[in-house]
Formats: sequence, C-alpha cells, structure tokens
Amino acid sequence: MSVDDKTVHRIARLARIAVPEEEISSLGTELNAILGFIEQLSEVNTDDILPMTAVVETEIKRREDAVTDGGYVKDITANAPASDDDYFAVPKVVE
Amino acid sequence: MSEATNDNLISGATGDWEVVLGLEVHAQVLSEAKLFSGAATEYGAEPNTQVSLVDAAMPGMLPVINWKCVEQAVRTGLGLKAQINNYSVFDRKNYFYPDLPQGYQISQFLQPIVGEGEIIIDLEDGSTKTVGIERLHLEQDAGKSVHDQHPDLSFVDLNRSGVALMEIVSRPDMRSSAEAQAYVKKLRAILRYLGTCDGNMEQGSMRADVNVSVRKQGDPLGTRCEIKNVNSIRFIGQAIEHEARRQIAIIEDGGSIDQETRLFDPKNGETRSMRSKEEAHDYRYFPDPDLLPLTFSQDFVDEIAATLPELPDTKKARFMSDYGLSAYDAGILVAEAESAAYFEEAAKGRDAKTVANMVIGSLFAGLNKAGLNIVDSPVTPENLGALVDLLSDDTISSRIAKDVFEMMFEEGPDQGKSPSAIVEEKGLKQVTDTGAIEAAVDEVLAANPDKVAQAKEKPKMAGWFVGQVMQSTGGKANPQSVNKLVLQKLGIEE
Repeated sequence: MSVDDKTVHRIARLARIAVPEEEISSLGTELNAILGFIEQLSEVNTDDILPMTAVVETEIKRREDAVTDGGYVKDITANAPASDDDYFAVPKVVE
Repeated sequence: MSEATNDNLISGATGDWEVVLGLEVHAQVLSEAKLFSGAATEYGAEPNTQVSLVDAAMPGMLPVINWKCVEQAVRTGLGLKAQINNYSVFDRKNYFYPDLPQGYQISQFLQPIVGEGEIIIDLEDGSTKTVGIERLHLEQDAGKSVHDQHPDLSFVDLNRSGVALMEIVSRPDMRSSAEAQAYVKKLRAILRYLGTCDGNMEQGSMRADVNVSVRKQGDPLGTRCEIKNVNSIRFIGQAIEHEARRQIAIIEDGGSIDQETRLFDPKNGETRSMRSKEEAHDYRYFPDPDLLPLTFSQDFVDEIAATLPELPDTKKARFMSDYGLSAYDAGILVAEAESAAYFEEAAKGRDAKTVANMVIGSLFAGLNKAGLNIVDSPVTPENLGALVDLLSDDTISSRIAKDVFEMMFEEGPDQGKSPSAIVEEKGLKQVTDTGAIEAAVDEVLAANPDKVAQAKEKPKMAGWFVGQVMQSTGGKANPQSVNKLVLQKLGIEE
C-alpha cells in the first residue's frame, strides 16, 4: 500500500488537521515508512489465533444502573470556547 | 425468500416497479444511567445537566459499561428470537460533528451482541409476513444540536450524549410502505412488552433510517438511498412513497441512482440529499482500546430468558384460541400490552367477543377522541365488564349500552358509579314486557295509517316503524321484540 498526496489530503481532512501544502509530500513519505513497518507483521501466520485483548486474563468491568454522576453544567462548559445559556455554542451547522 | 407475488407494485412509464426496503431502527435502551457513565438518561432535563466528564469526552476519562444496558440488549435479542453472542466487541466509529465530543461513537461493527432473528409483522388484511433481523448492536447516542436559537451559532446539549441505543437492522425483506410501517409498529410493540425501550417516537427514543431501492420484479437489487432519522410511522410511509417515485422517475428518464444519504422533510413530504455526510462515510472503524470484549455466560442469558413476558404473537394466538376472537380483533388488542391487559380484566368470566367489541369500538373511539391513553381510561375494566353483563342478560338494549358507556366515560372513574347504578337511576332498563311493547307499537301504527298502507306494499318500510317505536320508548324496548311485533301487526312474513 502506498500513500499518495491525495490520500494524505484525505486523511488530514478526516482528522480535521490543517496540513500546509509543502508538508504533504514529506508526510506521505513518513506514513509510507510507518505502513511498511506495520506490514512486516503480516509475515506472521495468524490463522486460527484469536486476538489477544489483554495480557492477563480479565473481563470487562461493569457498573450498576444507577445515576452517580452529572449535575455540574458549569464545569462541563467551563473550557468551551463559547457557551450560551448552558449550551455549548458552535459555528452554525445546519443540514 | 420467494418473490412470486407482490401486490404493492408502483406503476411507472415503463411498467411496474417493486420497492425494496430495509430498516435500521435506533431504540433508546430503558435504563436509569447512560451506557458508559453514571449520568442520568431522563428526557427533558435542562441543557448539559445530565453530562458526566465521560460524556463530555474530557481527556483521560474511561468508559465503564452499564450492565443493565447489556441485559436489555440480550432481552431484546431473545424477544426477536435472535442469536445471542456471548462474545462481542465495541468499536470506534469515527466522524467529526459538533454534537459528538469524542470524535467517535462507541458502537459495535463486526461482532455485535445479537445476531440473526425475525419479526412477524401483521398486515392490514389480517395476513402476516416474516421479516428477517440481521443484527442488533449496542452503541452510544450523540448530543443534540439546536439551530434556531441564534443567527450564527448552533447550540449543543450533551444530555443525550452517551445514552445507550440498540440499533436493530432488518433484512431488505419489506416491499411496501405499509409493510415498513407494520414492521416499526410490531417492533415497537415487542420492545414495549419487553420493557427495553419506551418506543416514544415523539421524544426521539425510537427513530428509523430507511433504506429504499427500486427494481423491476425479478431483477437484482437496485442502488439504495438511506433516509436518515425518520421519527414517526406516518413520516416513514410518506418518505418511502416519495423516495420510491423519485428513484423511478430518475431511472425511467435514463438516469441512475447515486447511493447517498437523504433527509426527509415533513413540511413538504419530500426527501433531499444530505451531501455533507458523504465524506464522513469513511468511519475508520477499529476496536475501542478502552473496552475489553463484552462477554457473559450462557447462564446469564438463560436467567433473562426465564423472565420474558408473553409477547404479542403468543398473546394474539391465545386470544384467538381461548377467547374465540378474530385475527384482526386479537391483533388490535395485543398491539399495546396495556390494551391486552385491560381486555383480559374486563373479559373475565364473560362473553369475550362482546367485551372485545366494546373495547375496540366504544372504548378506543372514546379514548382516541379524548386523547387519552388506556391506562387513564375513565371507564374501568370492571365497569366495562359489568356493562357487558347488563347487555348479555337483556337488562338493557345495545343502543342503551352505548349511552350508558358514554355516561360512564363522561363521569370518569372518580364518580365510581357502576353501570347498573346508572341504569337504575336513569330508568334505562329494557322493556321486555310484551304487553307494553305491543301498546307502543299499536300507538305508532294507529298514528300513521298512510304509512301502514305503504308498508304492506313495501315490506322494507317496517324498519321505519321499528325506529319510531324505539324512539317513543326512549330506546328501552327490546329491538328484537319490537321488530317481531311490527312485522306481525303489518302482516309481513318474516
């Protein structure tokens, strides 16, 4: 798999990262190097091997169905660049 | 499945078209707290008051699963006669939107908690059809954007962010808007019976994405469009009808359908393209590294299975066999668990068909008109049953029964008056004394000699006399006796 400039643009856009035009090509080279590194993993035969999800045997942690959190609207919006009437305020997005 | 017959084709300029429909329904899980946080799920709270640091995606916060939501998903899966997967995986579905603070939705992609199942839908003509369920998975809801509060800004409320949803995906087995509507109705009934979703579409706790494509019968599937977030059964019908005709018009004009996401606009009944979502379709799913696979034992599933209530299909079959109801009546009564319970309470030890008629006729009409739910019915099941008793033992005529029902409905349960008390008080007992009825008939005949003459020529006129006698006796005369006497006295053969 090879990452061309067009793909770099696309990835940057999906990730909402502004990438200056002059960096596009060098980023592509870096991404290709990373992918090449990862592709080495496919040399190992993993047929019939279940994915390992944790290094020790453990199960997903559960919580009870009880309201134990929330009720601090000022803290929630404290870091927002803009808020109004306890809402987050963002540039207009209308479909 | 067989494609032999479809009575629901849409005719176009080049012949008949078949509509192929599949639905993805998002059903909000009934739970106190959210899927991965301890914030409340209650509807209608002040903005951002039911938001934890997890729901706001503050750095370093980790999701911990609410086990009740898992139980509810399994319960729903069992109700859909579906395969339950004791091992499933949460994935991140990545997209950028202001009401999605994480930048991804925690969902399930390749390994959902529930696999294939089925729903039997009830159609208008009393027939049924099986619609396949492809899967059910658990996922987080997003926040809510409000666009009409400010000229240049959208406001975001995260109260809904992180609330548990079940996405229930059907197979493309439906062939008309009526079938799609019947599917949503039936699914909603099952969820309500199970107590896993309140099915309240007005509050958004159930909404549907509708996949629509058209083809000539027997052809392979056409390209589909997905209509997002349709939030009422009526709109589902309208959206499908519009979208199918739009696609047919394009194809018949020599064009082709672009696979895309569309929005239904209830104001003009049309669907329109939602282009901004196109690029976002690259969701880059990957397993969420914050969550271990979702695992549970078969015992856990069996315990839930042991507590399943009687579901609509079983109840309907029982109503038909035990009470002798028609498929149509039984279907109407079991559509809501509360209606079914009301009927059974009222039908105890009585003629079930008469009770069913009164519940479906008088009661549902009254409730509908008054905008009331059956649990708030002014007429209790006991009193409705008692009224049927009065009708059955000929104490009152069916016409009077209607009046008494209306009086009970008006007075409400607080007045507590039994139907027999009302009948007694207002003197509404049916006159079965033949002598009294005969006198009333004689009186009417004597007063209308010209009509008597006409009736001898035209026996159908007899009905007019029956009506007059009923009127003169205030509806209390037994209609069968009146009819008999009128015919007898006019000399008309029965």
